[in-house]
Amino acid sequence: MTELSRWQFATTSIYHFLFVPVTIGLAFLVALLQTAWHRSLRWGGDPVYRRLTKFFGTLLLINVAIGVVTGLIQEFEFGMNWSAYSRFVGDVFGGPLAMEGLAAFFLESTFLGLWIFGWNRLPRPIHLACIWMVSLGTILSAMFIMAANSWMQHPVGYTINPQTHQAQLTDIWALFTNPVFYWGYLHVIMASIVTGALVMLAVSAWHLRKRHQVHAFRKTATLSLVVLLPAAALVMFFGGRLGINETKYQPMKIAAAEGQWNTCQPCSFSAFQIGGGNNDQNPDLIIPIPHLLSILATGTWNGKVEGMNQVQAQYVKQYGPGSYVPIVFIQYWGMRVMAYLGALIFLFALWGAYLGIRRRLDRSKWFQRVAIYAVVAPFLMTIAGWLLTENGRQPWIVQGLMRTTQGVSPSVSSTEVWISLIAFASIYIVLGAADGYLMIRYGRKALEEEPEAEDAREEKQPEGADVPAIVY
Amino acid sequence: MKSLWFVIVAFFWVGFFVLEGFDFGVGMLHSFVARDDLERRVAINTIGPTWDGNEVWLIVAGAATFAAFPLWYSTMFSALYLALLIVLLALMARGVSFEYRGKLDDPRWRTAWKWSMTLGSAVIPLLIGVALGDLLHGLPINRDHVYTGTFWNLLVPYGLWTGVTLVALSLLSGATFLALKTTGDFHDRVTGVARRVSVAAALLVAGFVIWTGLVAGRGFAPNVFAAITVVAALAAAWLAGTVREGWAFGSACVAMGATITTIFAELYSNVMVSSTNSAFNITIGNAAASSYALTLMTVVAGIFVPLVVGYQAWSYHVFRQRLAAPRVARP
Repeated sequence: MTELSRWQFATTSIYHFLFVPVTIGLAFLVALLQTAWHRSLRWGGDPVYRRLTKFFGTLLLINVAIGVVTGLIQEFEFGMNWSAYSRFVGDVFGGPLAMEGLAAFFLESTFLGLWIFGWNRLPRPIHLACIWMVSLGTILSAMFIMAANSWMQHPVGYTINPQTHQAQLTDIWALFTNPVFYWGYLHVIMASIVTGALVMLAVSAWHLRKRHQVHAFRKTATLSLVVLLPAAALVMFFGGRLGINETKYQPMKIAAAEGQWNTCQPCSFSAFQIGGGNNDQNPDLIIPIPHLLSILATGTWNGKVEGMNQVQAQYVKQYGPGSYVPIVFIQYWGMRVMAYLGALIFLFALWGAYLGIRRRLDRSKWFQRVAIYAVVAPFLMTIAGWLLTENGRQPWIVQGLMRTTQGVSPSVSSTEVWISLIAFASIYIVLGAADGYLMIRYGRKALEEEPEAEDAREEKQPEGADVPAIVY
Repeated sequence: MKSLWFVIVAFFWVGFFVLEGFDFGVGMLHSFVARDDLERRVAINTIGPTWDGNEVWLIVAGAATFAAFPLWYSTMFSALYLALLIVLLALMARGVSFEYRGKLDDPRWRTAWKWSMTLGSAVIPLLIGVALGDLLHGLPINRDHVYTGTFWNLLVPYGLWTGVTLVALSLLSGATFLALKTTGDFHDRVTGVARRVSVAAALLVAGFVIWTGLVAGRGFAPNVFAAITVVAALAAAWLAGTVREGWAFGSACVAMGATITTIFAELYSNVMVSSTNSAFNITIGNAAASSYALTLMTVVAGIFVPLVVGYQAWSYHVFRQRLAAPRVARP
């Protein structure tokens, strides 16, 4: 029963989070493109930026649709599948969720509607402000969700009510100054911008490779690289800081991520190993790198990292008998997939920057080919990252306070969860296929040549007239 | 403070049904009253800029319940498990259909999304209506505030009637909205639909009000809202199909809003009635969050609710014109 609900929550949230980073990243990049168009108006306006804005805007909308509806599922699942959890933490956890709706979702969805339909209706600066509001909405929404999630990783600012035995919020500020929150949030935002930039780069590279509208897609290839390079560096830096904080607050998570069974000082990093799962404490260590784990986990040359066995012993003393070790295989490889791909993306961004400075982006066939396939990497990293952070919390649903098995809904039968799991899986497959199909189809489309009149019409607002606005 | 939050949660539900109500109506009607794809697109475009913002009212209603009344949220959502599952699937199918139907010029693709929008728009108000009716009618809830029934316990006749009433009211406000927002041939056809729907809606509303009085009937304030519901529904029936389109649409919205308000007014100060034993009712007293959390959320809502209402109103103002199909595009 718990297992089924866990499966459902894991699949629906990972699926949801494939679309979220694309949305956050692309909304930001589309806002930049439209700003570029807006700035070009000073010297008469470069229509190519306007076309690029609409082109990537369409790709954004295709993903927003799925991101929104799958996010809806997440909110309802807390009550549907995890009602005991919702009862226990509602006082703390419900707040950020409600704030997300009030402060972020309304902003995002209302201004998205204004942006889609406002092209020939709103004054240009206001229309530009709309897409920035959308971008702000996506970034804010991630903030509230990360604050709520970080509280599950490292609960702060609460007491346990002695009568109801439920968590009770005492300090909202603590949720937003939670060190697991702010490093995690910055990490997630940067990862989203990396994702958006890689999507834009892949689409641009595909067109450059086919020699389509080189003049236009060189611009977006350059823009995505300008954004990608610092973001790829920052995502690793923020991820590193998050790791150090988690070593402090969730030592088991990091010990498992490093496959470190026994406490060490100084610790070498296992770059590659075979074995080392939950039933194998002596893996074949293939590539150890001295001192690196100490640096990664504690930020010092000779830092001490606690091993799983020691943390397990301590938890048994603290919380009673039971196993507190998560699935080591997921932790170990989740960490490595994320870190190695992150490093490769950074190198790739350097390569692109070098080509961009030498003005050879549109000619390097090799770079273009790699760029098209590189778009898979951020999605793998996202999956790996969430598996690492959420599996690493197990067996806790709220670290140290409530176990996952205690959080499920008592009134929901396993048949019901089976039904919903199958229903969600089927509709997700259909929607995912539609999304992928449309992304590929629209990504390969040529930029639309807009009639001259389109721009001219924007100047005068047709009041009270029959406005043809065929969007859907 | 607890009562204030009960009102705020009710406000979000009312906002959701008033705003998304005509969206649902347009979604249901677009496949029946439009004669060709172009008219369908015009119909969908009337709600295009605003439906997404309207849908957020549901998300916020859910999240506000979670924040202010965790026990209510957890019991209600787990009790309604399968019903909510269907609502969620409908919300997904409907939400995506807006964005995807126009993206491919293939009749089969469009037909698939057309039906997902039509069915989705019908199923959501129906099932949420059943659920709201159930809150008032009562569900088997035990001492620990845990739901003990099955899916079939949710389908009580009063709840079903409430659901059907909300579907009819959605159709009515959708039809009057389309009449308000379109021109020409299409406009005339929609007006005819509005006239026919209005009679059915008024009858269903009358039945709903009488039945609610039998199920709950808790005094003066709910009766006032019930009276407003009936008057507004009659006014909508009277005005639908006339030239006073703004008034007809307005009356339909008031009827919808008053229907939801009646349910919540009858419910107060319970939030879920237990049919097992009234001592097990979930009330604003035993379901509410701590006073710190409620105070905090009051500040947040005090800032953001006026802001949201303001910019959503502005977006309606921006898209206030009637829509017509572009003449050149007609074959």
